Amino acid sequence: MEVVSSSESPTSSASTSTAATASLPPSLKSRRPKYSRFTQQELPACKPMLTTGWVISIFMAVGVLFIPLGACALNSSKKVVEIVDQYETVCIPSAGTKEARVQYIQDISTAKACTRQLLVTKNMAKPIYVYYELHNFFQNHRRYVKSRSDQQLLYGNASESSMANCDPQRLIAGKPIVPCGLIAWSLFNDTYSFKLNSVALVINRKGIAWDSDRKDKFGGSVYPSNFPNNYPAATNGSIIGGASLDPNTPLNANEDLIVWMRTAALPVFRKLWGKIERDLYAGDLITVDINNVYNVYSFHGKKKLVLATTSWLGGKNHFLGIAYLVVGGLSIAMAMVFVGIQIKCPRPLGDPSYLSWNKNKGRDLNTSPSATGVHFEVCGTFMFLEVKALCS
Amino acid sequence: MAEIKEDEEDARPPRISRDSSNKEKNSGRCVYINEGDRYPDLYCNNRVSNTKYNLWNFLPKNLWEQFGRFMNKYFLLIAILQLWPLITPVNPASTWGPLLLIFSVSACKEAWDDYNRYKLDKQANERMVWVVKKGVKTRIQAQDIHVGDIVWLREKDEVPCDMILLGSSDPQGVCYIETSTIDGETDLKTRVVPSPCIGLNSELLHKIKGIIECGYPDRDIRRFDANLRLFPPFIDTDYFPITVNNTLLQSCFIRNTEWACGVAVYTGNETKLGMSRGLPSPKLTAVDAMIDKLTGAIFVFQVVVVIILGFAGNAWKSTEADKLWYVHYPKAAPWYEFIVIPLRFELLCSIMIPISIKVSLDLAKSMYAKFIDWDLHMYDEKTDTPAVATNTAISEDLGQIEYILTDKTGTLTENLMVFKKCCIKGSCYGDSTRDAVKDPALLRALNENDPEVLKFLTVMAVCNTVVPSRSPNGSISYKAQSQDEEALVSAASHLRVVLLNKAANCVEVSVLGAVLEFDILDVLEFTSDRKKMSVIVRERQTGELKLLTKGADEAIFSSVHNDQQVRRVAEIVDQYSQMGLRTLCLAWRDIREEEYHDWSRKFKEASSSIVDREWKIAEVCVLMERNLELLGATAIEDKLQDGVAETIESLRDAGINFWMLTGDKQLTAAQIALSCNFVLPEPQGQLLYVQGATQSDVGASLERVLRTMQISSTEHKYQDVAFVIDGLALEFALKYYRQLFAELASLCRTAICCRVTPSQKAQLVHLVKSWEFRTLAIGDGGNDVRMIQEAHVGVGISGREGLQAARAADYSLAKFRFLKRLILVHGRYSYNRSAFLSQYSIYKSLVLCFIQIFFSFVSGISGTSLFNSFSLMAYNVLYTSVPVMASVLDKDIDEKTVLQHPQILKYCQAGRLLNPSTFAGWFGRALFHGAVVFLITMHVYVNEKSEMEEVSLVALSGCIWLQAFVVALETSSFTTIQHIAIGGNLVAFYIFNLVASTVKWGGMYTIMFRICSQRAYWLTMLLIVGAGIGPIAALKFFRFFYRPSLINILQYRERRARVTEANATSSSNAASATSSGSTSSSQRAAQDEESSSVYQPLLLSTKDRTKRQ
Repeated sequence: MEVVSSSESPTSSASTSTAATASLPPSLKSRRPKYSRFTQQELPACKPMLTTGWVISIFMAVGVLFIPLGACALNSSKKVVEIVDQYETVCIPSAGTKEARVQYIQDISTAKACTRQLLVTKNMAKPIYVYYELHNFFQNHRRYVKSRSDQQLLYGNASESSMANCDPQRLIAGKPIVPCGLIAWSLFNDTYSFKLNSVALVINRKGIAWDSDRKDKFGGSVYPSNFPNNYPAATNGSIIGGASLDPNTPLNANEDLIVWMRTAALPVFRKLWGKIERDLYAGDLITVDINNVYNVYSFHGKKKLVLATTSWLGGKNHFLGIAYLVVGGLSIAMAMVFVGIQIKCPRPLGDPSYLSWNKNKGRDLNTSPSATGVHFEVCGTFMFLEVKALCS
Repeated sequence: MAEIKEDEEDARPPRISRDSSNKEKNSGRCVYINEGDRYPDLYCNNRVSNTKYNLWNFLPKNLWEQFGRFMNKYFLLIAILQLWPLITPVNPASTWGPLLLIFSVSACKEAWDDYNRYKLDKQANERMVWVVKKGVKTRIQAQDIHVGDIVWLREKDEVPCDMILLGSSDPQGVCYIETSTIDGETDLKTRVVPSPCIGLNSELLHKIKGIIECGYPDRDIRRFDANLRLFPPFIDTDYFPITVNNTLLQSCFIRNTEWACGVAVYTGNETKLGMSRGLPSPKLTAVDAMIDKLTGAIFVFQVVVVIILGFAGNAWKSTEADKLWYVHYPKAAPWYEFIVIPLRFELLCSIMIPISIKVSLDLAKSMYAKFIDWDLHMYDEKTDTPAVATNTAISEDLGQIEYILTDKTGTLTENLMVFKKCCIKGSCYGDSTRDAVKDPALLRALNENDPEVLKFLTVMAVCNTVVPSRSPNGSISYKAQSQDEEALVSAASHLRVVLLNKAANCVEVSVLGAVLEFDILDVLEFTSDRKKMSVIVRERQTGELKLLTKGADEAIFSSVHNDQQVRRVAEIVDQYSQMGLRTLCLAWRDIREEEYHDWSRKFKEASSSIVDREWKIAEVCVLMERNLELLGATAIEDKLQDGVAETIESLRDAGINFWMLTGDKQLTAAQIALSCNFVLPEPQGQLLYVQGATQSDVGASLERVLRTMQISSTEHKYQDVAFVIDGLALEFALKYYRQLFAELASLCRTAICCRVTPSQKAQLVHLVKSWEFRTLAIGDGGNDVRMIQEAHVGVGISGREGLQAARAADYSLAKFRFLKRLILVHGRYSYNRSAFLSQYSIYKSLVLCFIQIFFSFVSGISGTSLFNSFSLMAYNVLYTSVPVMASVLDKDIDEKTVLQHPQILKYCQAGRLLNPSTFAGWFGRALFHGAVVFLITMHVYVNEKSEMEEVSLVALSGCIWLQAFVVALETSSFTTIQHIAIGGNLVAFYIFNLVASTVKWGGMYTIMFRICSQRAYWLTMLLIVGAGIGPIAALKFFRFFYRPSLINILQYRERRARVTEANATSSSNAASATSSGSTSSSQRAAQDEESSSVYQPLLLSTKDRTKRQ
């Protein structure tokens, strides 16, 4: 039998129900639906009441929150000191077409040493990170990004299916390449040696890869084998890849490879090469000996060497700060617009005269209010355009 | 009901004479009576099967059906393409998993439904029946009945197959059956044993032999043409014609007859019922159709995107990719190389049409249906009937109804005829407070043995076709084909003129305790032309001959004898009918013996004539029905159901047009229409009659009405015009003047169609549907079933006339007044919710898709997926499905407000919340949000932070944050469930991904931990939300304040009312505490006015109408 337990039964039928159900013979089960707030769609609901005051304060609040955040972010980004040196054009014989450059870079017999001098303009606190930056390099290309075998990287041998993506760098003479795939094959192989005021500057090349990668993604007992770049002579005629791999270093010890194999999402990216664990001061002159061997010439790529400090937000990137300032500013502007409209054309909210059926019976819903609302209409349209302009 | 049936007979061409039809049908089947086992395999056995599948064909048949739908084909195609590793951006399992799940869920649902049907069939098939086998009555299962078997049935038994009656307990060979399961009519019908078999006792019936020739099985339940011939030793007649009056059809019930037996002629699925049964085709709602259309548009967009990106990708590849030595494209490409990139993009974009949309819509729809089932406001205490949504898939259509076509009797009215008033020889009995039966004046007259009153009551008791049936405890109940007659007879019995018994030719009536017996000599049956019926009786004691007549006022007045004043009665009848009462006049006269003899001969002649029989009978009847002595008039009330007028008024305010389709006569229909608010009374409203008995008459009438209507609509003379048309005129109008009729109907918000047949009802529904209007048909009887099934939404009233309509309908209600809530509350909410749900579902997948598309421009247009398989699958299934499902609880405005302002329904009717332009808004929003997420992510995560997996997860979480805010922004009322769904979902997203980040093998290993520890990540999220939601919120607020929709205005008023109410109570508390309140009294008065104004009708017209009443 149905018992209405709700303390505030909302319907008259609910209150009379007990009497009605009691009158039924006991054998007859009532088909009366059970009462609950959920089934009756009467769950207490919070219905936020929109008022212009609220909206103005929300936009103001967003503005007030965003602008300081933006200023803060921008400030910290500005504090980051970066030394960027683009070297791919200066480090090869200046003359020559693209073909000539490609030929130059692919010629393994010529030495490609190149010396660059970097002037420290501002004091840089340790740690200072050394990155190489590539432009127009599509590590996110579909063919490239999949061309690896995680199984092989960890265990050394892998199933056919796992290695299927490695093509065309999968097998040489029927033996699997370790590590297989295009990513490993195209490993960046420019090298740098630093001198600070003609004293050798120690670069820490350890700990540049993610710990989790070294521990769990790359095997400690997997050694490179059959790796094509180790036999540049053998690739006679075909394209030369990137760095060679020391067959006696396990994969998880080769941090450059691990860093490289964290593919970048954009065609412009920096990869960590090492860390300088001392402060640099304004006026310091850093001499870098670059072994410029990596081919970016065939696709008009750029190579840059970057020395940078970091802030609590990471590297130098004004975007976040500026975006915060813009959004915050727009938000305040929006609040102002609302205030302006409210002053210029105050409109009584919830005016029943706006209910179209009260204005003119039988009028189509689609026709906009005009009889009483000409003023508001004009105002509204004007402001509407204004708002739209602001938004876009 | 009775009237309708007669109409149908009228509407039909004269019956083909039996002989000719028999000759045609000779090629059918021959049934050897009592030899069911002779050819057991010739015809199917009586096994009923309504199931769609069996064990073997279930899988292929079900799959075939599921792949009949476009969306499923699309999903399958995508899933198959994904098996090609060269092009698939993600793991194929991410599509196959959900796809298989969806398919198996709907297959399971089908299987379950079919299993239930199987169980019902089994129950029917295994019911035990008595059948004569080898001359012995044996009890066998119903499914083992063979054609030719003799089946014995007792009272209350269900007829297991189509049979021809051979014997019954009644010596006259009469058997009563109830056919409500076939045609919904609950009155008892008489079936007679064919005359060669009359009088056979049960022993002979065991041995009877003969042959029946009948046609092939068909579905026409009103027709049965067969021949019966008995073999010797039984009377070896020539072929005896069998009609539907000799049959017992499957699933009828035997009533008021102790036993009956018959021979099975059609069995199993070949019975009339079995042939007409069939699963009605599923209904598609307007919302569904619109979603299909939008999905189609998305599909086109997708194809365009794929083609463009495919071209661009191939172009980029041929110009740029060759230079990328590290990508190492092979020099020799296979022939299909050129389609690889387009196909990759196809797969990348395939999530534009999310599988989840179908699932979440189905879920939401079943939720709406549950809310209808659960609604206590639509539960009728008296009959213990809740509202039931039989069809769970079409709730949205309720909110878009533009035309309601309603039956009258039993739908608008209670179908409970009550004898209210009468007028006997100029004196009226019964007033507004008391029925005539309780009027002391009448009782006094009765006690005084007033002869006029007794005459009047005798006519009431005798002149009818009511069958009294005596229950074991001695009480008499009446079964009648017409509810009016039943009301008259029971009223007479209340006044102690009791119809005791009715045998074939004899009626026993107890008049004030003294039993009078009448021989019924002739019955002059009711026809709609004569509009009256009479009986000629001879009183046994005195031998006097009398003609007792009842009929419509005009029919009786024209045949009363000249020196009688009918004016007084005519006035009273007019008064009665203005009160919406159904009136009948009663009259009688004495007949001289010789006059009767003369007439009787003519009558017999006319009755046996073959040509124009009806017309001839009518002619003869006129000879008898003249010089009548007018006794008075009766007034029967068919009470309007509670709240009908308000319901119709509200729904008319909501912009719904009403058509009343009734079998009743014009005047009553018009009267009921007025009292139901169908049309405003004069002078604001006007009823225009379309009449005529010939094609040209109808045409002229139509044109005249149309002209009047055009004039009145241009001059705004009337607020409300309605046309009234009767069945015959409608027939002509639909046949010859369709165009004219359509024009007329489009000008009229209301139409009253009287004397229409069930098929005409269905035709009208079809007609309105053909004008692209959403129609709802509501009815209560079997005669409404066809219109209910024809309409977009069929609603059945589970009332007095059985459950036939309710069973065929999509929704069944106990009372008409619940329709208001069903449409305004459930329909509207369902529409709003589905509109949001569907557009949001596409929006959220579009956001992800746009990000993928944008990403392809920075990844060499190579079709790289930014997101990994797990994220792509979980995005639709886990991350975004929960909050949006909580929107099935959302209410934009309160139920109360909707019911007060039904006009707001026009938004739904016009499809203002789901149409190409709203969808364009969502599309734009998806584009904008996609861009926001992509640009911000790609600008924050640059240089050393530009790591694929991290960027992917940052973009994904940006989407999730935006989704949460979008859902919140589009939600009007937040219940706890919504809070949990929106907030909890966000938390769940992080938990999921943190868990996934602990899995070593996934691509996401440690990623979530990594980004969560970055301050930049949280700042990015905040920025995405600010930049993504800000403009949208600003636009929304701007619209809300300066371009408010009607919904917004009501929302605002509703909420302000609540706030001011709360303020008023708190401020009055404050005022009582401190003698000088902060608010001045005038201010508070204004506030009070404000708060109460919501509950006042805002409509001027409403006020007028209330004044009128």
